[in-house]
Amino acid sequence: MSLAIRGAVGGGDAARVSHRGLGYLLRRYAQNRLAAIGLVVFVAIVLTAVFAPWLAPYSPIKTDFAAYLRPPGGAHVLGTDELGRDVLSRLIYGTRASLEAGVISVGLAIAVGLPLGLAAGYYRGFIGDVLMRFTDAMLAFPPLILALAVAAVLGPGLAKAMIAIAVVLTPVFMRITRAQVLQQRAREYIEAVRALGAWDRRIIWRHLLPNSMAPIVVQGSLNIAGAIITEATLSFLGLGTQPPTPSWGSMLNGAQQYLTQAPWLALWPGAAIALTVFAVNVAGDGLREIWDPGRADFSGAPRDAASPLSQVPLRRYHLSERAAASAGAVPEARGWCLRGSTASG
Amino acid sequence: MIPVLFFVSLIIFVLINVIPGDPARVLLGEEATPEALATLRHVLGTDRPLPVQYARWIGGMVEGNFGKSFKDNTPVLPTLLQKIPVTAELTVLALCIAWLIAIPAGIVAAWRQRTLTDYGASAAALIGLSVPNFWLGIMAIYLFAVHLHWLPASGWVPLTEDASRNLRAMVMPACVLGLVLAAVVMRQLRSSMIEVLSADFVRTAKAKGLGGRVVLIRHTLRNAVIPVITVMGIQMGTLLGGAVITETIFAVPGLGQLAVNSIYNRDSPMLEGVVMFSALSILLVNLLVDIVYSLIDPRIKLSEELS
Repeated sequence: MSLAIRGAVGGGDAARVSHRGLGYLLRRYAQNRLAAIGLVVFVAIVLTAVFAPWLAPYSPIKTDFAAYLRPPGGAHVLGTDELGRDVLSRLIYGTRASLEAGVISVGLAIAVGLPLGLAAGYYRGFIGDVLMRFTDAMLAFPPLILALAVAAVLGPGLAKAMIAIAVVLTPVFMRITRAQVLQQRAREYIEAVRALGAWDRRIIWRHLLPNSMAPIVVQGSLNIAGAIITEATLSFLGLGTQPPTPSWGSMLNGAQQYLTQAPWLALWPGAAIALTVFAVNVAGDGLREIWDPGRADFSGAPRDAASPLSQVPLRRYHLSERAAASAGAVPEARGWCLRGSTASG
Repeated sequence: MIPVLFFVSLIIFVLINVIPGDPARVLLGEEATPEALATLRHVLGTDRPLPVQYARWIGGMVEGNFGKSFKDNTPVLPTLLQKIPVTAELTVLALCIAWLIAIPAGIVAAWRQRTLTDYGASAAALIGLSVPNFWLGIMAIYLFAVHLHWLPASGWVPLTEDASRNLRAMVMPACVLGLVLAAVVMRQLRSSMIEVLSADFVRTAKAKGLGGRVVLIRHTLRNAVIPVITVMGIQMGTLLGGAVITETIFAVPGLGQLAVNSIYNRDSPMLEGVVMFSALSILLVNLLVDIVYSLIDPRIKLSEELS
């Protein structure tokens, strides 16, 4: 976040903007009501995961055969499952598997994909070519089928499912990072930094990376939604979270067999997944709108081309050169880049 | 495309063969004698060095020999060829459903931008993106099969045997698969329509007195459809992945179900075949998309590298 704000500083009023940075971003974010709601819901879900032991009325794994397949109501607000376990408690604990899967697998994918993408974009030639052919090949697989194959090879378990999802997402981040680097490295400020004698390593980490970060963050936030669905799918097929640990996907797997007797078992976990994914999607859309106004898509917030943030050289991970032109000539981040390198150089 | 295919095959091979796990032991169980294991390894070819195994696998595929299933020793290719039409039917039906919903919805949402219609359609699309398709499938089974008895939850028969029963069994899987795609296509179409609607040539067309419908369809839609086709190409993979889920839930014996079963049976040659085929079909779809581009828009000759 702080990197993005630094990048956001145009030529002159650096101190002022960075001063109001985060608050300004949040205010602008909150103007998009849907995105703000998404963020609030997401935070609520995160809190649910963190405080699950205090929120859950029962143990999520304790079986009670006397209370087998109870319908919602009474002592068990959302009913009980085929082993007499409290559905609400399992639902609450299930947030953990979903959020872990979403955040960790995307984090892992960025941790691997970002350096590889930087390398492929900066050092073109043989290594870059091989890396890109490799991502082409990875992207030629249907994502879910590749995740299934990797998960099948690694064996069942939440951690392994997360690795499988990260494997699928890594080439996505390699591509985006590389596209960003290709765009940034042709800019004058990079030339200027190089003329000042900066080494490759410094150019890559201090200049190319911060300026390429926004689309990666946006993409990452949206991919969390996909990762949550994929984890649920893998668990549904028996390859993700293993019993008795509760996860929404495996709850749905169990519910399938009792659809005629206990349809409520299938209702709640799916609704929980949908709500979480919806929240992440709209929250991510909101981020994209701030950083990538040219592609502003959903939501009623008006396009605000006059906003200082929309003129930041931080957007466009799509092919919208035209949107760039329409957002006004983009003031380069030369100012802070040069300042950064002379201050410490 | 050939170098990509080479990497694809290499990834599949490394993924499935280099990682520890001895198929002979999986097949024979823990109590197998060392002699029996050695014999089976020799029969399967897994006692050879990996590069030799890879070369044999590739060589076989070029000749149309995808190896034999570990499970019942039947050749992989005929099984694949038997399943492909089933999944093809499912995905084509799903595509049709997606288009039927998404194209009108996208056009109307863009045309009536910032009205209740637009917000309704856009919200529906956003919800469609958020609902996991296996849950949608289960809910559809509960509503239409268990509760209302309108449609069968399973009971697929070949199209050639009984077309009406086949279609009845396909309705739910195709809808479930198509709805998510409809959401993606609708969103893309809406935003590219909006972009094109603000272009100068659209204003010119309106200014010279052309009717709203002509401007909308002939001028706007035609220019807005390119990114939509790109998205369709990208979504082909999602569609095949979705087929895995819908075929499993609705007991449709296609490629997706085959993939899941070969995972459960630890049947690597079969899994390799399915994954290889699905990657191949995606590459072919993307090639097709490139060709369609140049048909729709003669200005496009090469795909841009940066995108």
